[in-house]
Amino acid sequence: MIGPAAVALRVRDLHKAFKDVVAVDGIELEVRSGECFGLLGPNGAGKTTTIEICEGLTAPDSGDVEVLGLRWGTDTSALRHRLGIQLQETQLSDKLTVLETLQLFRSFYGQGPQAEEVIARVQLDEKRDARVVGLSGGQKQRLALACALVGEPDLLFLDEPTTGLDPQARRQLWELIEEFKRAGRTIVLTTHYMEEAERLSDRIAIMDRGKVIARGTPAELISSIGADHLIEFSVEDGGELLDLEAVRRIEGVRDLRSVNGVVRLQTLELHRVVPALLEELSRQVVRLTELRTHSATLEDVFVSLTGRHLRDE
Amino acid sequence: MNSRPATFSGVLAHPLTQLTLVRIREFTREPEAVFWAIFFPILLAAGLGIAFRGGPGEILSVTTSSPTLAQAMRAEPGLDVMETTRDAGLEALRNGRAALYAEQDGGGSALYRFDDTNPDGRMARLLADRAVQRAAGRTDPVPAADRLVREPGSRYIDFLVPGLVGLGIMSNAIWGLGFSIVDARRRKLTKRLMATPMPRTYYLLSYLLWRMIVLIAEVGIPVGFGALAFGVPVRGHLIDLVVICVLASLSFSALGLLIASRARTIEGASGLMNLVQVPMWILSGVFFSARRFPDAVQPVIHLLPLTAIIDALRGHMLQGAGLVQLAPQLATLTGWLVVCFALALKLFRWR
Repeated sequence: MIGPAAVALRVRDLHKAFKDVVAVDGIELEVRSGECFGLLGPNGAGKTTTIEICEGLTAPDSGDVEVLGLRWGTDTSALRHRLGIQLQETQLSDKLTVLETLQLFRSFYGQGPQAEEVIARVQLDEKRDARVVGLSGGQKQRLALACALVGEPDLLFLDEPTTGLDPQARRQLWELIEEFKRAGRTIVLTTHYMEEAERLSDRIAIMDRGKVIARGTPAELISSIGADHLIEFSVEDGGELLDLEAVRRIEGVRDLRSVNGVVRLQTLELHRVVPALLEELSRQVVRLTELRTHSATLEDVFVSLTGRHLRDE
Repeated sequence: MNSRPATFSGVLAHPLTQLTLVRIREFTREPEAVFWAIFFPILLAAGLGIAFRGGPGEILSVTTSSPTLAQAMRAEPGLDVMETTRDAGLEALRNGRAALYAEQDGGGSALYRFDDTNPDGRMARLLADRAVQRAAGRTDPVPAADRLVREPGSRYIDFLVPGLVGLGIMSNAIWGLGFSIVDARRRKLTKRLMATPMPRTYYLLSYLLWRMIVLIAEVGIPVGFGALAFGVPVRGHLIDLVVICVLASLSFSALGLLIASRARTIEGASGLMNLVQVPMWILSGVFFSARRFPDAVQPVIHLLPLTAIIDALRGHMLQGAGLVQLAPQLATLTGWLVVCFALALKLFRWR
């Protein structure tokens, strides 16, 4: 068991509705000091509402939020000094330079590194005197990260830090976040990219429709679906001739689903199920048009829990 | 606490300094904004000042088909007389090249054709008739002499410069604050700032400080230009002028803050800004005296903040009025400041 001092963020029975849309429906979270905690879910799952309530930017309808042992309302001013926050879609002022932007944010905090030092940390030295308007998407995102770091925060909130970035810029940002993890920082991040959650998070809560539907380490979550491998295939004529029940009876097949003509099944024994599947299909005289296998990922966890893909919505 | 280099410490590292620097940088790095705020009023004053410059009365063109009348009118130095046919004379009158056409019938009486709604036409009628009557032998029963007085302070340019200064203070404060705040809200920048320990009052205060700094150029340049180029007087005390302008700038900044307190889009804010400003452009006597409007609306006109600043500036610059004489205008501006700022603080939307 961990003591209360080791809990950076505790959320109990959180509820929030906007007009008649329920955004957050009874969330419980506990983030330990020094870990990177990921909130994974599709758009509209309530991740941003949850994180903005934790950041003190949105008031919950009900529920309890304890951040670094403090509470919004009574300790707001102390909390603001100790949190680093990156919002999902802030556009910093175009006409300021990188250095000027960071000097502005630095002036709000009582402690923290100098602006130049943070610029070096996020690898923007070359762009120090460049105006924000001329930065690439990845550079802008790194500047936003620098603005969150400039007060030397005890807890860092990152809301979709790599959304909209190209793969290279995304990897660069991941490396920076991993560096902060190594420095022992506590991070709460939201994402709808399963690779991102899997790579960066020590523990993950998977959210869907305002609720946490699963939680654990990435390895725990993946093993929870009881399958190491996923097989997806489709056959000619949209599968009208296919006898799905016969496929389901193949030994080693678990959780078979058919969506839009694509049959998806899970297994622990790829080496036995694939030959048996091919044999069964040739017995039924249906021609295979597509066959794919991959190791199970968080995406498969989400699909097996909800029947939908993370990025469907 | 980390040690800081000398380049970023003390006053410079204070959040209010940094926020105000942001305002100034955003303004000066937008050349169009600087142009409209500072040089446009000069161009306007120069253009209008030249168009309506005082000086000796202009020479009016008149035409006539009668050689007798032509000879009589040529004795009048204020008239440029052209003898022509009746048709050409009427044509010149129609297209405005002549202010009057004179003809004579068989009995010797003169007939003047002119537009009585045109001041030039009425003036030409007076000069032409006086010349014709004198030529026929009329003498003036009362001897009269002229002594010319061309006093700075009573010309159109003297009336115009204070109006433009007041208009500039209003439109720069309202557009400047309105656009900047709505843009920051649209970019979610105000929301991001709310996530820092920045004191909220500093944010609003930085806008007022920025306006104070721009005010020096905003008032100094047109007033200085007016004084140098046209001799427009500044008869009151300079300190009083500073007090009037600072108060007016604060009032209009508060009004701008109120207009921008809720709007989420530039388009929405622009509509609101025009709605507030256009009636004042028309009613508050920038280009012509507000007394031309009916008596019934005068009390309303006097309650408008633009009327108050323009009346105060004209009183100060042209009549040398002090703050005591200008108390009603200053009270009106203070009222707008208090009401708008209180409402803006209550209504302001940070996200």
